Amino acid sequence: MATHSPPSPRRGKRQNWAVNFALMPMAVTVLLCYLGTVLWSIVVSMTSSKTFPNTNFVGLTQYEKLFTTDRWWLSLHNMALFGVIFVVACLVLGFFLAVFIDQKVRGEGIFRTIFLYPYAMSFVATGLVWQWMLNPGLGLQEAVRQLGFPNFEFDWIISQDKVMYAIALAAVWQSAGLVMALLLAGLRGVDEEIWKAARIDGIPVWRVYMSIVVPMIAPSIATATVLLSLGVIKVFDVVVSMTGGGPGIASEVPAKFIMDYLFNRANIGLASAASVVLLLTVLALLLPWLYAKNRMEKNNSKGH
Amino acid sequence: MQAQVRTTVALAIASLAILATTGAQAQTKAEVMHWWTSGGESAAVQELAGAFNKSGGQWVDTAVAGGEAARAAAINRIVGGNPPTAAMFNTSQQYLDIIKEGMLNDIDAVAAKEKWDTMLPAPVINSIKVNGHYYAAPVNIHMPSWFWYSKPAFAKAGITSEPKTADELFAALDKLKAAGLVPLALGGQGWQEYITFYSWVAQVGGTDLYMKFFKDHDAAVVNTPAFRKVLTDFKRLKSYTDAGSPGRNWNDATSMLITGKAGVQIMGDWAKGEFNNAKQVAGKDFGCFPGFGPKSPYIIAGDVFVFPRTKDANAIKAQQMLATSMTSPTTQVAFNNKKGSIPIRTDVDASQMDMCAQTGLAIMKDKTRQIAVPDMLLAPDVGGAVQDIISKYWNTAQSVDDVVKALQSAIKG
Repeated sequence: MATHSPPSPRRGKRQNWAVNFALMPMAVTVLLCYLGTVLWSIVVSMTSSKTFPNTNFVGLTQYEKLFTTDRWWLSLHNMALFGVIFVVACLVLGFFLAVFIDQKVRGEGIFRTIFLYPYAMSFVATGLVWQWMLNPGLGLQEAVRQLGFPNFEFDWIISQDKVMYAIALAAVWQSAGLVMALLLAGLRGVDEEIWKAARIDGIPVWRVYMSIVVPMIAPSIATATVLLSLGVIKVFDVVVSMTGGGPGIASEVPAKFIMDYLFNRANIGLASAASVVLLLTVLALLLPWLYAKNRMEKNNSKGH
Repeated sequence: MQAQVRTTVALAIASLAILATTGAQAQTKAEVMHWWTSGGESAAVQELAGAFNKSGGQWVDTAVAGGEAARAAAINRIVGGNPPTAAMFNTSQQYLDIIKEGMLNDIDAVAAKEKWDTMLPAPVINSIKVNGHYYAAPVNIHMPSWFWYSKPAFAKAGITSEPKTADELFAALDKLKAAGLVPLALGGQGWQEYITFYSWVAQVGGTDLYMKFFKDHDAAVVNTPAFRKVLTDFKRLKSYTDAGSPGRNWNDATSMLITGKAGVQIMGDWAKGEFNNAKQVAGKDFGCFPGFGPKSPYIIAGDVFVFPRTKDANAIKAQQMLATSMTSPTTQVAFNNKKGSIPIRTDVDASQMDMCAQTGLAIMKDKTRQIAVPDMLLAPDVGGAVQDIISKYWNTAQSVDDVVKALQSAIKG
């Protein structure tokens, strides 16, 4: 029988076609559910839709309104501030935790569990716990005062200027473990021989990390950065559970702005405009990165 | 023997008749969506359900926690073509768009029979009557800006009488501060700051100023000396709050009064539920006044049920039965006593109600004192924008000039 003979080129093409056909539902899903809804949002953002989407086109009016709203500017500003603190602090802390565990410490499993544990908790629970801890009347500040330091102050969560740092603190506590896990996997992939060679050459350990190990685990770092950045764009639940956007509107973020206008404030048009701006922000960040990655891969393949 | 047979037959027929009527009753099922999930609230909703069941219906309860979530769920089901028989909204503009889309049944028949035109307060009629048709059944009137005070705290600070003007209130707050208490218990959340703000516009600015701003969307009025004074006095209140105010829940603020740690709270009449739970009595442990002086404006808010469009004759019958039973005088007293609000009609037996509710009900007879809550006068997104501006002003060192500018551009919509 011909079943065991190698497939003819013609047969191969037909198989390809079958594979494509099998992937069709997936492609349709992507087109309709992802691209379709994106297009829908863009269309709605140019209408005067309130509770229901309508087709009364008003051009860029919603965008004009959006960018004359104080709260939207503040939201963007807060997201940028939170993003820088969150990503940098998570990467640095996660890297050090990974390096610490990679020293072949005793009870490695226990440490790994402890560091990764916060990530298993939902942001809502994290936010509530930190809200209590940071509440000046109940938490840390009061505890330290009762220990005999009556002038101790730690009231970030009720301060206009510091509330975003308090939120970033809780978020970093939660996500640093994830970075640790990712980077630890990367560190474990570094060949033992490199360390031996470096030791023989007498290169200090920090130098090996900075000049050899970090470039080698660059893909892990890139993955962690992308994951963290997505978390920044989506940041919503930790803010809602910790401060509800307050005090005043000091800790508002774009995702909360969109949710408020979608459901509570019955202005789908403005909420869609805000979502589109958020999408453009993501693309503006992502496209240069994708472009660079593409260029690098092309160069690499040329080199071989 | 024959008599016995006859009785048996008669009994059989009687039970058949009962079966037949219960069969008919089971058909007037009404699925009701609401967000009354807290202890006092679900006790209150049981009164509505009981009244409807007694009138021959069958109440099917669909409670969704949280007003925003419940309203979003109701709108989704209405749009999706599988609406509940009735859905709760606030007495406001929240359901105006659904009416415009033709997605609600009117209940003009009930309104005509019960003479809603003459019975209901004008702000409520303006909110539920659109283009000459009634689209919602009101169930209660909440006054969102009562002044509550702790009697022990007032005694400790040496305050002997209720403040009758804004100046007297400031004097009382100063005394409370001097006595080492928190003068003003405020939950620093946007909506609570907003209540404090519009109370101040109504009580200190007066009804005219309030209406020019919230109803006529008059941007020029914001820059008048009277409105600017409201803004500065409102901000002055902040100096009487404690450091723990930001983010605090309203009921935690009320418990500061219950424990005598704080003097005054400006909050809706739902705060009474907290006092009641703590076994405190109005007039003895705590006091309440709705504003300054005997002619002070009385802000009207509340909850309504709307009736999504359906052609099913049974469902329409259920909707009309719901509207009738919810608004009947006995249901109104039983329900509102548990809810903390006051009835939508004044022809009820007030003897069962507490002191604050009786005060409120008496004021309801004076139509000149009634004004609508901003939610009834502003579209949800405009109201939200005003709330954001006020919250920012309260919490930052923003100048009055900047707030005036921001309010002027927001109120135009």
